[in-house]
Amino acid sequence: MANIIEIKKLNKVFRSKENEVQALENIDLTIEEGSFVSIIGGSGCGKSTLLRVIGGLETDYEGEYLFDNAPVKGPSRDKGFIFQDHRLLPWLTVENNIRFSLPKEKKKDDALIRENLELVGLTGFEKSYPRQLSGGMAQRVAIARALANKPRILLLDEPFGALDAITRMNLQEQMLKIWHEEKITMIIVTHDIDEAVYLGGTVVVMTPRPGRIKRIQKVDLGTPRRRTGTPFTLARDEIYREFFSDAEIPIEYNI
Amino acid sequence: MKKSFSYWLIYLALPIIVLAVWEGFDIAGRLKPYTMPAPMAIVDTTLDYIKNGKLWTNITVSFLRVLKGFGVGLAAGFLVGILSALFPKFEAFTDLVIQILRPIPPIAWIPLAILWFGIGEESKVFIIFLGAFFPIFLNTAEGVKSIDSKYFELAQVYEVPKPMLIWQIVIPGALPSIMTGIRLGVGNAWVCVVAAEMIGAVSGVGHMLSDGRSLSRPDIVILGMLIVGIVGKIMDDILKLIHKKLITWI
Repeated sequence: MANIIEIKKLNKVFRSKENEVQALENIDLTIEEGSFVSIIGGSGCGKSTLLRVIGGLETDYEGEYLFDNAPVKGPSRDKGFIFQDHRLLPWLTVENNIRFSLPKEKKKDDALIRENLELVGLTGFEKSYPRQLSGGMAQRVAIARALANKPRILLLDEPFGALDAITRMNLQEQMLKIWHEEKITMIIVTHDIDEAVYLGGTVVVMTPRPGRIKRIQKVDLGTPRRRTGTPFTLARDEIYREFFSDAEIPIEYNI
Repeated sequence: MKKSFSYWLIYLALPIIVLAVWEGFDIAGRLKPYTMPAPMAIVDTTLDYIKNGKLWTNITVSFLRVLKGFGVGLAAGFLVGILSALFPKFEAFTDLVIQILRPIPPIAWIPLAILWFGIGEESKVFIIFLGAFFPIFLNTAEGVKSIDSKYFELAQVYEVPKPMLIWQIVIPGALPSIMTGIRLGVGNAWVCVVAAEMIGAVSGVGHMLSDGRSLSRPDIVILGMLIVGIVGKIMDDILKLIHKKLITWI
């Protein structure tokens, strides 16, 4: 498959009056169309900034970033973005929240709205207001809203961070299902090693100050993926070691 | 929500006690009709005013003035509020004048309004406009400014055209605050109409008050005050209801 994302020698500096912070340093990353990539790192490693660059929400950087072989000027419908908060407009019902996001010629396409709500398992909630939904449901509406716009790529910025463990696992399953069915390239930013390994066919490990890619690792958990068993544990341990390699090895006592 | 009988008992207890004490003073012969009439005298005056039609005329005259002044105040306050919240340059341009005019009570404008417009309709409408404008302007601007910028980022992702943002994000996002401004504005407008009519008018509830004073008829004055209070409360109740019907999402 062709590369949908090509990033070369990308640097991003946040400047304020007092100081400069190198958010991203020398990022090289290519992502194949149709893949599922996890970006993982601790806080301040620039993973969200990298995702925002890919989504076109940050355009002030040095270096090269091509989306589908073309430079990116700003955010757009074909680069779906799921924020950490669901970001539904509180004054619009679920269906109108999706309608709000659609291009003019599709605003009246109720079938499209219904279809995408069905895809995230929320049939029957068309007329609900966001306050009537749980956090997990609201995030699923946000996913349906992104999918209704038929994006080429779906960018997820710690989308399940605020949810409880069971809801999070359910949504992870749903994302994988949607990825299989819709064949959309997905990039998820997370600080959860299990989530990164379980979802991503490729895991990008980032380290902070300055934000750098430390390692890019392929993960093959087979199909369907399993959260248990040797391949998962091995892959997770390997990522785990990336984070704690600098830490002291526990003292072994020789008796 | 249906209120229980005991609620209504408590709700009405204080006015009933006030009336009873008032009536008690009358029975004890402690009231002088030319300073403080008995409750029944006010009932009589009310009936008189209903019969000769003055009650209704005065209420509608004042109410229509409020409607005109408030209408202009709402349109101006809403527009200026949104513009100054969205365009910092517009805010900078208008800020000093608005901030200096704002602390001046609308009543302080009455002398100038009479010099400019005479004692006809225009001077009252102008005073009411001033009373309605500032709370609506301030709350609209505040409401728009408090909208989370993350919604505008979202609109960028979905390529929502800018003019649509006004209808889809700015107005609904600021609506709760705008409604608060409208309630304050109507309350202010009602206060202003009474004040303006007391100083120079030949009709309206405020005129009733000054008329009652010059005739030494405290019953007319008290009736006028009661009308001001009751109509004010009804208007606020209606606005509360509109608020509830309009803002269903919170």
